[in-house]
Amino acid sequence: MADAADVMAPKIAYVRRRRREAAQVWTLDLEAGEGDRFAFAPGQFNMLTAFGVGEAAISLSGDPAEGSRLVHTIRAVGPVSSKLARLGPGDPVGLRGPFGAAWPIEEAAGHDVVIVAGGLGLAPLRPALYRLLAERSRYGQVVLLYGTRSPDEILFRREIETWRRRLDIDIEVTVDHAGADWRGHVGVVTNLIPRAAFDPLHAIALVCGPEIMMRFAIAALRDAGLGDEGIHLSMERNMKCAVSFCGHCQFGPVFICRDGPVFRCDRLRGLLALKEI
Amino acid sequence: MEGLEQVIREHAFFAGLDEGFCTLISGCARNVRFEAGQYLFHEGEPADQFYLIRHGRVSLGITAPGRGAVSFQTLGEGEIVGVSWLIPPYRWSYDAKALELTRAIAIDATCLRQKCEADHHLGYDMMKRFMAVLIQRLQATRLQILDVYGSHG
Ligand SMILES: Cc1cc2nc3c(=O)[nH]c(=O)nc-3n(C[C@H](O)[C@H](O)[C@H](O)COP(=O)(O)OP(=O)(O)OC[C@H]3O[C@@H](n4cnc5c(N)ncnc54)[C@H](O)[C@@H]3O)c2cc1C
Repeated sequence: MADAADVMAPKIAYVRRRRREAAQVWTLDLEAGEGDRFAFAPGQFNMLTAFGVGEAAISLSGDPAEGSRLVHTIRAVGPVSSKLARLGPGDPVGLRGPFGAAWPIEEAAGHDVVIVAGGLGLAPLRPALYRLLAERSRYGQVVLLYGTRSPDEILFRREIETWRRRLDIDIEVTVDHAGADWRGHVGVVTNLIPRAAFDPLHAIALVCGPEIMMRFAIAALRDAGLGDEGIHLSMERNMKCAVSFCGHCQFGPVFICRDGPVFRCDRLRGLLALKEI
Repeated sequence: MEGLEQVIREHAFFAGLDEGFCTLISGCARNVRFEAGQYLFHEGEPADQFYLIRHGRVSLGITAPGRGAVSFQTLGEGEIVGVSWLIPPYRWSYDAKALELTRAIAIDATCLRQKCEADHHLGYDMMKRFMAVLIQRLQATRLQILDVYGSHG
């Protein structure tokens, strides 16, 4: 097993491509060094260092089958993420990872899979979608319900449009408000849950988004008949070390970095409703 | 009338409706259809009817100076358009526009209000059904106001 110094020391990766997703949101493709293959499971994250500024946990948002290309989608909210989001091709990035518990993609085989994403929460769910679609016949209905602020903040838009043309996935996108040129849904993402086609007795839900949105999504999934054992969510509270040394991301009895970020809802029982923890 | 009664009974909003109430409501109902882009009603107009959507989609919005029409909710099959008909001043506070060909049942609000006054059991049933919609929309509005997807999200 790696010792503390190893897991805390970043490797160097280089930015290969940078794409704008929305206002303040950028996707970076990183190369992990010559010939390095990088295996990760959907839902996992890396600790990325913007040199001279600091380190932040950023989910892997790319296809787990593409081992040499590490994709991260970053919203510039503070010093580290703003610096990372400004990096361009050839710039170095410190990289530790991958860390964290993954979405239960294997467990979901034979079940309907309902993905409920809010805002940037679609980023850690995209690798799960790649996996589900790559092995589509192993799953029942696959449903993606995605809510975001406005049409120009929809992430991965071209990909969503491509997936929409497939007949084997139901995709509904809703925004909080829109102008007259938007033909899609307007309203909160939880409104889409009662209308989605899945069998609650044989379904697994994967939920990621702002905590308030997740609380309401869980309530709507329960109302639709799903048990807490079938609901999985990713908790993206702030963390520092990512290897359960520092306690920064402690959430009641759990460490998000060691036990999460993906949790089964029944294992978090009650914690989500607590205000300060 | 038979056809309308059946549509009302089978509409999700009226799930479990008492047979007698269904007949009373049907007496105030008619079939309507809106082409894409056509308005069901405009902000400020009297709320003299409401709609049960059978097929299609309707956008609720408010026109804001400099921003044009801002949609805050879309509604579809099995949902209800219009809650302002039940309580004074019976006036729409937003625009409702069909986004695509929409078929609906329009219920005459004056007619149904009179029946609710005459039969408070019917009135209470209507109140409970519309209150559920109002609470759900209030909660949705709260989330929208919190702007949960903002950078503090
Ligand atoms: C497991 C995990 C996965 C993550 N994945 C991604 C990702 O894919 N893309 C991405 O852009 N970010 C992601 N984050 C969030 C990112 O790590 C933080 O936003 C980080 O704090 C950014 O550092 P900063 O220096 O830019 O901002 P900071 O100075 O740390 O924070 C700036 C502001 O944002 C607020 N804030 C910071 N983090 C969060 C958070 N997690 N939730 C709500 N508010 C927050 C702070 O309170 C502060 O107001 C993830 C976090 C975790 C724990």
